Amino acid sequence: MTDEKRQQGLEGPPPEERRTPAGRRNKQGIRIDPEVEATHKPRRTVISALVEHEPGVLAEVSGLFSRRQFNIESLTVGPTKDDDRARITVVVEEPDPGIDQIKKQLRKLLPVISVRELEPDAMRRELALVKVDAHDPAAVSAVAEMYDAKTVDSSPETATFEITGARQKINAAVETFSQFGIREISRTGLTALARGTDETAAAPSTDATASAADEANQQQTQQYTQTTTDD
Amino acid sequence: MSERAAKITPTDDDEQPDDQITDSATPDAAAETETEADSESTPKPVTNGAESVIRALENAGVEYAFGVQGGAIMPVYDALYDSDITHITMAHEQGASHAADAYGIVAGKPGICLATSGPGATNLVTGLADADMDSDPMVALTGQVPTEFVGNDAFQETDTTGVTTPVTKNNSFATDPDRVGTDVSEAFALASEGRPGPTLVDLPKDITKSETDVEPDAPKTPDTYTVQEEADPEIVEAAAERIENSERPALLLGGGVIKAEASEVCREFAIEHEIPVITTMPGLGSFPEDHELSMEMAGMHGTGYANMAVTHCDTLIGIGTRFDDRLTGGIETFAPDAELIHIDIDPAEISKNIHADYPLVGDAATVVEQLQEAVDASPQATKWRAQCQQWKSDYSMAYDTPEDEPVQPQFVVEALDEATSDNAIVTTGVGQHQMWACQYWTYTEPRTWVSSHGLGTMGYGLPAAIGARVAADDDQEVVCIDGDGSFLMTLQGLSVAVREDLDITVAVLNNEYIGMVRQWQDAFFDGRHSASDYGWMPEFDKLAEAFGAQGFRIDEYDDVADTIQDAIAYDGPSVIDVHIDPQANVYPMVPSGGDNGQFALTEDQL
Repeated sequence: MTDEKRQQGLEGPPPEERRTPAGRRNKQGIRIDPEVEATHKPRRTVISALVEHEPGVLAEVSGLFSRRQFNIESLTVGPTKDDDRARITVVVEEPDPGIDQIKKQLRKLLPVISVRELEPDAMRRELALVKVDAHDPAAVSAVAEMYDAKTVDSSPETATFEITGARQKINAAVETFSQFGIREISRTGLTALARGTDETAAAPSTDATASAADEANQQQTQQYTQTTTDD
Repeated sequence: MSERAAKITPTDDDEQPDDQITDSATPDAAAETETEADSESTPKPVTNGAESVIRALENAGVEYAFGVQGGAIMPVYDALYDSDITHITMAHEQGASHAADAYGIVAGKPGICLATSGPGATNLVTGLADADMDSDPMVALTGQVPTEFVGNDAFQETDTTGVTTPVTKNNSFATDPDRVGTDVSEAFALASEGRPGPTLVDLPKDITKSETDVEPDAPKTPDTYTVQEEADPEIVEAAAERIENSERPALLLGGGVIKAEASEVCREFAIEHEIPVITTMPGLGSFPEDHELSMEMAGMHGTGYANMAVTHCDTLIGIGTRFDDRLTGGIETFAPDAELIHIDIDPAEISKNIHADYPLVGDAATVVEQLQEAVDASPQATKWRAQCQQWKSDYSMAYDTPEDEPVQPQFVVEALDEATSDNAIVTTGVGQHQMWACQYWTYTEPRTWVSSHGLGTMGYGLPAAIGARVAADDDQEVVCIDGDGSFLMTLQGLSVAVREDLDITVAVLNNEYIGMVRQWQDAFFDGRHSASDYGWMPEFDKLAEAFGAQGFRIDEYDDVADTIQDAIAYDGPSVIDVHIDPQANVYPMVPSGGDNGQFALTEDQL
């Protein structure tokens, strides 16, 4: 077969003779003023999911995040008051439409009972174990006291502290401890609950999917547009 | 079909136990006996897990299953031996999954496929992914090594639920013989309710072999799975008002319209309010393409007029579509002036790719009826409709048929369309031939277009034709429009078509290229035909004869009409090796990520 081609194609006015609309959409498919380049900035938020406590559920949830390329910062999971249920707390950093997608896609997983994005005032805590050189015990314990850190182990050369609190507090503690020389750190990632009588992500009285649908049905005005403070 | 397709026993030539030969040799008599037996006696109680699995399928009204035998699935096949379900043994598990998928599309209820553990299960994966992308209802049952070996890398073990989690709507691992039948019932219900999709149940051999007398529950989704049928009435009102005040409205019908059986209400809505109708590729057949309001298919290889309409509308009513990138092109330029009314049963599709100004979550048929109720006055869009008609003539889908050139593929597709009735079913592989089949066949009925849309699976056409044939009415013709590269990937399915004596016609548009790749290489890779030149293709007509099918060949225009006539008339599987112009390309074309309104009509415009 020779590569010499017959000019093929269809008749009709070429692209340059066609009128094009003035409008434009941004990367998230939202119509925008073409003069202003508008995109949603990512924000950090906490999503809490109540799930069936069954084998494979964590793999299903984490697999969803990885295959959909959602940017996950931390993920913690643990039992609840109900033996058959576990709570997964996920910290994500995404633009609003991405956060919306995360919530909706999570709800589609069958073992996921309910999903909620926590309000910025929710209680968030992380636990860290920090093992530092303790050649100067007095100074080390002074720092520990500053951050309410509990000593969980000590040896002639090292001291290990347990610090609980918001991410910033732990970051600050780690930074301050670093003057003594940090040997190892282990952090749990964030866990969170809504304040007061507000339920975090409970088995809904109606049903999970319908509430997902309700939310999708709403005009998508974002409730929590400010960047959360972690405190 | 029941007369042609034998139960487990393929033909009376095969060596099988005597009672089976009797069954298949006198299908009518066998069928009668079965019917009588059904009415007079209740079914035997189940005695093990495998029988419970089969009972669950029977309870769900399953008539056919596609699969391949193997070690870990043997107990299930043993239970199938006594069942009224007709099993069609495929030549490869991939074929089983595509056949089940196509069965689901045509029949509107889940198709069933079976495979053994390990390689059997992994061979299903392509078909599962395909069904998942296209939201086709399907249930896969896979054998698994006995529970005590799971996790030990036993012979023919794979982590099937792990492998298939990303490509199924839901899957489960059976752990209890008393529950295994209910697991299957639940999988069946999940496959078809709400947004359909493929489900899988992994069946360890010890679970299916173990004794149980527990009858499976009827198909029912778990309590946590609920589907919203009706959309929020306030948004319906707002959307209706938007439609009434619209100057350039357009309907965009996706595959979900067909799945929700909403074609009829969408037609009524469009015709009453005189709104031009665009379809997506999976939406072909949801609206009659011979109707004046039809703009046909939009997207990468959609018609010029559909792409003009979708680009210039001011209100777009998208129904059962997920706004795939092959439809939208670049997001920035997709319907940039349009307010979007989006109807979908899956909340996660709302604003996933294109922001919905009027999100309507619910069943397509129900929501369109709600909308119909709420729209009081048709939009004043006379000028817009005239413009749409103008585009139809500006960008008509014409082609030349110069006598000194090889046969043009478009001509063959149109000839096939002419030679068959309106309700004929078209299946395709993936590639240029698929696009010509979209563009030049006039679809008028839902469930007559069976193709691999989202995943773009080459090799889909022939096994899909087998599944479609089994699901189709006897008077419906089934035509597989395939490409040479596509056909070569799964043509072992011909053995199945011959054994089951399935009346299908395969037209292989043979250009000895992976044609779509060749087209892109010409346009974007300086014509460097890296690995796309398939100059070593077999003669498909002779190959068909070797399988026991009828072979035909077309080389020139004079052969086209008569040969197609003969192939369609042949009662059994036939293959036409159509030697088309190897340089023929698909136009219009929107380069990926491009502006739909700037579609190219020739290579120079790319």
